[in-house]
Amino acid sequence: MTDINSIIEAWVEKSSRVLDLGCGDGQVLESLIASHQVHGYGLEINSESINHCISRGLNVIEQDLNEGLGNFADNSFDSVLMTQTLQTLRFPHLALDEMLRIGRQCIVTFPNFGHWRTRGDLGFRGRMPVTKQLVYQWYDTPNIHFFTYKDFEVLCAERNINVVNRVFIGGITNDFGLDAIWPNLFAHTAVYNLSK
Amino acid sequence: MSTKSSSTVSANIGSEQSVLFRRPLQLACGTVLEEHSLTFETYGQLNDAGTNAILICHALSGDHHAAGTNKDNVVGWWDSYIGPGKPIDTDVFFVVCPNNIGSCFGSTGPASPAPATGNVWGAEFPVLEVSDWVKSQTYLMEHLLIDCWAAIIGGSLGGMQAMYWAVNYPKKLKHAVVIASSLKLSAQNIAFNEVARRAIQSDPNFHQGNFIEHQTRPTQGLALARMIGHLTYLSDHALGRKFGRLVHSGDLDSAEKELVEFEVSSYLNYQGDKFARRFDANSYILITKMLDYFDLGANFENNIKDAFKQAACKFLVISFSSDWRFSPDCSKLIVDALIAADKDVSYLEIESDQGHDAFLLPNKRYEQGLQGYLKHIAKTLFKVAV
Repeated sequence: MTDINSIIEAWVEKSSRVLDLGCGDGQVLESLIASHQVHGYGLEINSESINHCISRGLNVIEQDLNEGLGNFADNSFDSVLMTQTLQTLRFPHLALDEMLRIGRQCIVTFPNFGHWRTRGDLGFRGRMPVTKQLVYQWYDTPNIHFFTYKDFEVLCAERNINVVNRVFIGGITNDFGLDAIWPNLFAHTAVYNLSK
Repeated sequence: MSTKSSSTVSANIGSEQSVLFRRPLQLACGTVLEEHSLTFETYGQLNDAGTNAILICHALSGDHHAAGTNKDNVVGWWDSYIGPGKPIDTDVFFVVCPNNIGSCFGSTGPASPAPATGNVWGAEFPVLEVSDWVKSQTYLMEHLLIDCWAAIIGGSLGGMQAMYWAVNYPKKLKHAVVIASSLKLSAQNIAFNEVARRAIQSDPNFHQGNFIEHQTRPTQGLALARMIGHLTYLSDHALGRKFGRLVHSGDLDSAEKELVEFEVSSYLNYQGDKFARRFDANSYILITKMLDYFDLGANFENNIKDAFKQAACKFLVISFSSDWRFSPDCSKLIVDALIAADKDVSYLEIESDQGHDAFLLPNKRYEQGLQGYLKHIAKTLFKVAV
């Protein structure tokens, strides 16, 4: 099965400068350092995740993405990453603009709300979806924006964001190639490589 | 200058030591101290490779007694963080904490005799800068046979020393831990220091700094200076939580309201008087000025990024949410410059209502962050299993 790390690794250059927004416990950064010797920094606000990063010797900066990224200079990173975090931000569109200002390229991953499981939950059960990618109940979820990969591409077009590459990840359906044929139905996660 | 083996050092765990350097120390102001002494304490044991040494840099009113309980039954000022099994683990690291020159706890300072006259220096003690403290610490480093510090750690003025080491002696440290500190003081900070100095200088017992000659001490002025300082190190919320409007003596409902003393008043007066008994007024003036003068970017045309490009160590920067003298914004400027200079840095903004004083006080997140960072140092620098 395709995993997010190997897709990101294919797009990140060796020994480049990487900023990971919402880096969690630093797993993506750590694997990029091991495989690509990148010089990376992660931004995170969860204190346990920050402790994990520090104990692993990773550069982690306690900073709330919702309060902006004005402290980072234009084009100061080769790649700016954001994995499974865009849907939690107050203003995802502004965050994307900032990522493209700071980085030469951006890599964004997000859960595709068009996936058949989420459609099924809402369409047939009449309930807000709870899936492997969207594990929370409606009242305690940090995910405050729900969108499909099509919605995302409309936003990119509106803001003149160049989609350099994209990969869709499905579950078991991946094996049948369904997420490539009909990604909005079969991909639970979308991975995008963007530039200005 | 004498030298000693690591075994002698380990025999003196936690006990006060003193060393006299009979070697000139050229100060930033141009004056040369022909000799100077440092009083210091060490905790733990230097390993054979000499790779586990940590330097603790004290702040304005600190001393060499950072950890443990000394012969006078006083607990060290950073005992919550330094000791066996604590974040700065003395079972793993060899920890050194000097009292710095210009201070008043045994090291050469305004209360020491001036070699030229034999009288105490008093107000004549030369103006000091952070660079002078650091230079004097390099003498101590050689004395203890340490080639490179595993880490230099300091809060407030201590953080300034750690940054100065990193930029100016890049080969001499592997990590700098900069806590509740700043690249330079703000106008408001300098102003608070000026009010404190004025309080001391206005005391009739100050005698232009030559109070020892007059066999007196400006305790009222010094207490007032400390009360102002102490108040700014706390937050409104922490004071409110601790004291509220509690009454220490007297009765607010009585006719004699003027006899009422609030708890917060009693506390502040007590702190001021206690401090005035232990600290030297000239040292207070000297060290607050040292804080005012500090500007890490000054030698780099105010380009902090260029300054930090000199550094070769990794950084941990920590701030506290309610600290308004060395606010999180001050620490963020340090972090942003380090990232721009492509240096390794982690940053923690600890939630606390204890103001600037939070850097000295127990706090679970702060302890965990520092402990995690130092354990990783031990693992990578000298392969201590954790």
